[in-house]
Amino acid sequence: MTTEAPPPERDTQTSTAQPTTESFVQVQQSTEFGELRRTYRSFAFPLTIAFIAWYLLYVLLSNYAGGFMGTKLFGNINVALVFGLAQFLTTFLIAWFYSRHAAAKLDPKAEAIKSRMEADA
Amino acid sequence: MSPVLHLAASNATTEHRPLIITLFAAFVVGTLFITVWAGRQTKDAADFYAGGRQFTGFQNGLAISGDYMSAASFLGIAGAIALFGYDGFLYSIGFLVAWLVALLLVAEPLRNSGRYTMGDVLAYRMRQRPVRTAAGVSTIVVSIFYLLAQMAGAGILVSLLLGITSDGGKIAIVALVGLLMIVYVTIGGMKGTTWVQMVKAVLLIAGTLLITFLVLWKFNFNISDLLGEAAKNSEVGQKGNPDAFLEPGLKYGVDGMTKLDFISLGIALVLGTAGLPHILIRFYTVPTAKAARKSVNWAIGIIGAFYLMTIALGFGAAALVGPAEIKASNPAGNTAAPLLALHIGGVDSAWGAILLAVISAVAFATILAVVAGLTLASSSSFAHDIYANVIRRGQATEKEEVRAARWATVFIGIVSIALGALARDLNVAGLVALAFAVAASANLPTILYSLFWKRFTTQGALWSIYGGLASSVFLVLFSPVVSGSPSAMFPSVDFAWFPLSNPGLISIPLGFLLGWLGSILTKEKPDEGKYAELEVKSLTGIGAH
Repeated sequence: MTTEAPPPERDTQTSTAQPTTESFVQVQQSTEFGELRRTYRSFAFPLTIAFIAWYLLYVLLSNYAGGFMGTKLFGNINVALVFGLAQFLTTFLIAWFYSRHAAAKLDPKAEAIKSRMEADA
Repeated sequence: MSPVLHLAASNATTEHRPLIITLFAAFVVGTLFITVWAGRQTKDAADFYAGGRQFTGFQNGLAISGDYMSAASFLGIAGAIALFGYDGFLYSIGFLVAWLVALLLVAEPLRNSGRYTMGDVLAYRMRQRPVRTAAGVSTIVVSIFYLLAQMAGAGILVSLLLGITSDGGKIAIVALVGLLMIVYVTIGGMKGTTWVQMVKAVLLIAGTLLITFLVLWKFNFNISDLLGEAAKNSEVGQKGNPDAFLEPGLKYGVDGMTKLDFISLGIALVLGTAGLPHILIRFYTVPTAKAARKSVNWAIGIIGAFYLMTIALGFGAAALVGPAEIKASNPAGNTAAPLLALHIGGVDSAWGAILLAVISAVAFATILAVVAGLTLASSSSFAHDIYANVIRRGQATEKEEVRAARWATVFIGIVSIALGALARDLNVAGLVALAFAVAASANLPTILYSLFWKRFTTQGALWSIYGGLASSVFLVLFSPVVSGSPSAMFPSVDFAWFPLSNPGLISIPLGFLLGWLGSILTKEKPDEGKYAELEVKSLTGIGAH
């Protein structure tokens, strides 16, 4: 089987020692972790609300604004179709946008906390 | 004209039955080889439940697509567009946008903090036994509903494509599908299932691409012309109002209630995906949260491309096959895609027959890969959540756990063969929508509260899971899906009083509300140490298995 990474450790008894609950509480209350949580939540939560609102707008317009959605733009292409395709486009863009944010802002912070905890354990 | 064409279609299917069966058999033999090969490499619990966690982001993205694009998407959406035009396309959008919930909120934290099942995350900071039981029950209920729809769908497909209409023949096909899925899962485990899903995804995308290309070619790649022809040939088009076919409202715009029903469906679709157990366990097959993110991105790309092509499939079927012939073959439009394949190749030509055979075999492959994923999800949850953690109180060895999962697979397989045989003539469209509504009402609130809300408690989790589960099943039971309408499961009786066919509009907010109420109305203190563990693990991946 082709894999992009070397086979990870088996999750049996041989896996790394687990840090204690106290050390988890300590990390959870550290400013470093607080910043990671804020960076994640302040990005993911508003974006989730935004795309759900955008999707609901589309559902509601389809339901209650038939005239507007039926407006022809060119040939047989109407507003409804363009709106639907726009949902595809925004889905692709949001996925890309989030992944870029995660790679740049979340992964380094998470990695730093993780390696420190593993070194301590 | 339509009876003649319908006759031509069924003649072509019966004449070329050997070809269809050969292609289908080739898929079965190929996947059985994969399964045996994967079974030889399945040694411990992580192999059986999570495919050894060795898949790459791309492989898993492909497998997720194979797990997600069910016969309902392939046959159902193409048929809905062919008959209802734009309103059929609305499904595609909900099914795709839903993946953002999985990407932004669920996939990575789940991968970081769980091992094998959804219950791992839900029960992490709660009292294990009650919450594991609830997670297991909900997983099994959602999966069985979904499974039943696929099994019955297999029966319908076969009767239409192979001309098998006898009860015995349909039951035999349901039993064959059930038997194959037992073999895939017991022998191949997650590794085998994943490869079967990857193969299926490639076949489905290739088949859809081919048909899409041929349809667009026929219209000189002018989409406006394709839409115009589809609208002209539609039922409303023949009545002199072709534009209505391209506008929203043909299916859901009838009155105020159908509009509410559409909102309910839309919410269930967008919130259900991230609560489907067979999708969630796929995130455990990759080594890290980063790989889980990558796999969702691949899945969004592949699934998005597929749903875009449903436009060509559905409108192409409306334009080139026409509603009369589609309806004559199957009133719900489920055979629109195979019929389109036949017409695009030429009704009386060998090409038409070959294309029809290819697309039919792809549809079978689709059903098999999805039922394998569903069976694995429910037997994993039974073995890991209920058997190992509730019945044996965490004292079972890995070997015992995997053995329990294999027996559970056999049991679930037999149950679904029996239910599938009973349900072979029922209208099954409601079952998939129900599975999404239950997943969104019972599972998603609990997942989100568990991961993000410090004050969530065991009582909140139980109220949310059981409340969401019970309310959605209860409302569907008294909806037009089950009784009181011509397309109901039991059309001859009428005990429906709930007007919507999808319960999501009521049961999803109720699931969220109950989780919150259950948590604030208890003296039980949330376990803060355990929440610290879960939160730190879910965001950093420390100690992830």
